[in-house]
Amino acid sequence: MTVSRFRTILYIVVAIVAVAGLADATFLSVQALSGETTSCGGSPDCFRVLGSSYAKIGRVPVALLGAFAYFCVFAFATFAAFGYARARTFLIPIVGAMFLATLWFLYVQAFLLHAYCRYCLLSAAITFLIAGLLIAVPPSERRSDR
Amino acid sequence: MKRYLPFLIVIGVALGTFGSGAMLYRVKHSQLQAKPEATALSANSGSEPTHIRGNPEAPVTLEEYGDFQCPPCGSFAAFAEELLKEYDSRLRIVFRHFPLAVHEHAREASLAAEAAGLQGRFWEMYDVLYREQATWSKAPNVRELFESYAGTIGLNVDQFRKDMDGEQAKARIDSDFARAESLGIKVTPSLYINGQPLDAKDKNPEGVRAAINAALAGKPQA
Repeated sequence: MTVSRFRTILYIVVAIVAVAGLADATFLSVQALSGETTSCGGSPDCFRVLGSSYAKIGRVPVALLGAFAYFCVFAFATFAAFGYARARTFLIPIVGAMFLATLWFLYVQAFLLHAYCRYCLLSAAITFLIAGLLIAVPPSERRSDR
Repeated sequence: MKRYLPFLIVIGVALGTFGSGAMLYRVKHSQLQAKPEATALSANSGSEPTHIRGNPEAPVTLEEYGDFQCPPCGSFAAFAEELLKEYDSRLRIVFRHFPLAVHEHAREASLAAEAAGLQGRFWEMYDVLYREQATWSKAPNVRELFESYAGTIGLNVDQFRKDMDGEQAKARIDSDFARAESLGIKVTPSLYINGQPLDAKDKNPEGVRAAINAALAGKPQA
């Protein structure tokens, strides 16, 4: 397998994993926007985390920002898989920011809220997987990028 | 064609995400929306509220179906205090029990509140239960804690103990629970303002105030 092909496969995997993250974040966004997280009885695992003050920035649920970030990762990974090498330059800072945000939210769940939301943990796992896959992508050769 | 393929894929996923998110929102929204009290014919059981805070003749009634072990209910209880001060004689708050099965000690906490109510101290126990929610929610033996709270608020603890096991307290809770179920309530806190359910997305200070103001102005809620 050539390096270029391996790189393409990794970007495709990143795009597929990002779709899973997008689905998870969309579900959490809908829960937050529908008001389900301000109640008990809907999702007992998540209300404490998603109903907390840490789950919003102003009036915007962080899950919605997460959904947007996953969509960006999906889009740039798709373009990278199709040979748009410049897409990687966008992909790396976005995934880096997501990685740091994930560390913060894990800290909030473990030490501030003492409660875990399984959908948030799934999102954390997906972000770590994407970060790992991106690290595994071989650096591109110097050539004219599209 | 290959040139446009990534654009088509990205646009397709964006539309798919937006569409499925919108559908899920509609489903969740309809699930969370309880029936208006006025149209729930089967909700007549327990229609006379037992626990009223504020002016009993107030023009606006805020009815809460709550669970003492539910953290959002605890937050609402603190906010309800503010509302009573803010609206003074124009608002009364009614509490009804809806202890959820997912909360291990919720029913016992309701029994404690009702037992305190039999000695005329329902709201004092209500305040203590919500204030100390984080403590007793994780305690292995909540009875001991509830009895200590009963002593703190000046109840006859022996009587309190008997009342917690008595039929009267159980009957009150069962009556509220049956009423909640007949209204299609599934989550706590579920709020009604003058018999109209408050939308789940309005269960925040701004939303509650807007609904109370609308009720005071005589406008039907959206």
